[in-house]
Amino acid sequence: MSTTLQSWGRYPRATQQVIRLRDRSAPLPALEGHALPRGNGRSYGDVCLDDGGTLLDARGLDRFIAFDPATGVLRCEGGMLLGTILDFCVPRGWFLPVVPGTRFVTVGGATANDVHGKNHHVAGSFGCHVLAFELLRSDGHRIICTNAENPDWYAATLGGLGLTGLVTWVELQLQRVPGGWFDTETLRFNRLADFFDLSVQSAHDHEYTVAWVDCTARGAALGRGVFSRGNHAMQPTGAHAPHHVRLRMPCTPPFSLVNGASLRGFNALYFHRAPKAVLRASRHYLPWLFPLDHIQEWNRIYGPRGFLQYQCVLPPATAQDGSRELLERIAASGTGSFLAVLKHLGETPSRGLLSFPRPGTTLALDFANRGRHTFELLDRLDDVVAEAGGAVYPAKDARMSGEHFRQYFPAWRQFQAFIDPAFSSGFWRRVSQ
Amino acid sequence: MSEQHILVVGATSAIAEATLRLWAARGGTMLYLLARDTARVEAIADDLRVRGATVVHPGLLDVADFAAHARAIELAWTTLGRVDTVLIAHGTLPDQARCETDENYALREFAVNGTATVALAGLIAQKLAEQGHGTLAVISSVAGDRGRASNYLYGSAKAAVSTYLSGLRQRLHGRGVSVVTLKPGFVDTPMTASFKKGLLWATPERIAHGIVRAVDRRRAVVYLPWFWRGIMAVIRCLPEFVFQRVKL
Repeated sequence: MSTTLQSWGRYPRATQQVIRLRDRSAPLPALEGHALPRGNGRSYGDVCLDDGGTLLDARGLDRFIAFDPATGVLRCEGGMLLGTILDFCVPRGWFLPVVPGTRFVTVGGATANDVHGKNHHVAGSFGCHVLAFELLRSDGHRIICTNAENPDWYAATLGGLGLTGLVTWVELQLQRVPGGWFDTETLRFNRLADFFDLSVQSAHDHEYTVAWVDCTARGAALGRGVFSRGNHAMQPTGAHAPHHVRLRMPCTPPFSLVNGASLRGFNALYFHRAPKAVLRASRHYLPWLFPLDHIQEWNRIYGPRGFLQYQCVLPPATAQDGSRELLERIAASGTGSFLAVLKHLGETPSRGLLSFPRPGTTLALDFANRGRHTFELLDRLDDVVAEAGGAVYPAKDARMSGEHFRQYFPAWRQFQAFIDPAFSSGFWRRVSQ
Repeated sequence: MSEQHILVVGATSAIAEATLRLWAARGGTMLYLLARDTARVEAIADDLRVRGATVVHPGLLDVADFAAHARAIELAWTTLGRVDTVLIAHGTLPDQARCETDENYALREFAVNGTATVALAGLIAQKLAEQGHGTLAVISSVAGDRGRASNYLYGSAKAAVSTYLSGLRQRLHGRGVSVVTLKPGFVDTPMTASFKKGLLWATPERIAHGIVRAVDRRRAVVYLPWFWRGIMAVIRCLPEFVFQRVKL
């Protein structure tokens, strides 16, 4: 049965067969043509799509295998959601060492995209905490990979976009925490240079840092925003998560609700509501780390044509000038999103051949899909990123050119040897041919 | 609350697994799982241990092998010591078209979904009655409420189960043993993977919450989710001269 599927960005669409996997001990199903494993489909572009192929839906591989409460080593199947792990480990005094901006991704997906979080400057990327995993190849071979055992397969699969085989299980090192609460600080900054100063000042004393940036501000206010930083609270403040109303975007509006007027209005309001001086607060991890998880299906806000997320990283030497240039181009376009994020990435090297995280500054924001206008803007942003020696994040991408990809990820040639002959993705065909 | 001893037949079914996770997370549960496939039942047992079950015993049983029933149940009983709750959850979804031409296939499917369930329920009810307490919960189906052209072999097997449980409940009334008939509607599981899903479909997790609640409250007949009670009431009321003309 063929199904039309989208990724989280709702662009592009792909027609694929879907096979649900449930048994990690079983070989992969017999495949006709190419296939691609998928976790929860929360990457944005086409890294999780395989038009004309077979989707191996791994969400049914969602079992724990072992947990050692003394060492915090957890082994679970690849389709388990990070949120399920947090529900399990936080009451037991453990936390995931790295979480992205949503808890609705699978362990296998986090591995295949080597995701990062607000603590990248301290903890590095997700792959830095993956102790081991099993890779199941379409020829039935199973490869146990660690940093020491089959290290080449380990490096190819971390950030390997699901192309090296199915990750049946993953073993993770969790981090000890007193509870699920954070001591947080919020303050606004008036210009881009202040973001860089705050990042340097905060990196030492704060495990988690991130900034919201007003992507509509121009001139002297360019790059103004709100800086958030925090640490795991030493004392558990409250036993339970505060009760939150779970919202849901009930339908897809016929056009994008994010437009020039709503964007400028929201961003100005959000900036001016933020405290001028440091505001300290105790926050539970759910709203603090995963604010968008409270609005289910928020991706519908951009209307039926979907949206493109753009996330890039610029190396330290060019970060400030490069991000100014990017923000100028974005602000001049009058497009962008309510949520634009700037984050300083640390020096810890990523372990994957195709890992995105590298030292520098990362900028991420969404663009409603307005067709040619949007694609041309993103191409112009790519020119800045390429010029600055940066990279664009495949997990968020639906359109970068193969030329740019191969420049951003020079190890792609080496990586090719590890691709499972039966596996492919829309993304890979786009950037490698 | 003292430790709960729970036996599940058909433990690798999606609904059973989701229910087991809820029971395991409560803590203080000793579980005995019966299923056909060693690797899969052991993977589930590991998962339930991590989730908080005190002890989990995986066991093997092919429900179509009637001769093996008594020994498997006996072994479960001696391992658990006593059994507070039993869930019978195994099932298949027969290919109705093939049932119409392949009699052996049809009878085999009837045996798995109907006769085997009846045999196991009878055996287990006897053990519970001897013990003087316990709850037997069995997954039947809304399909057993009225035969429909699209799946009446499955429906008639489930009808046998529902009717058998009704009698069993009456027989055991006042003897400390509760019999719970669970009637799920459309559930999104591997058994129904090829169906087009709509508004009426529920997740195994939602059904599992309903099962746990029904067992806690020792309910008699439960529709899962609840709205199927109304839908099936209407369908049962349709006069036969109308019913035979509609496509369901």
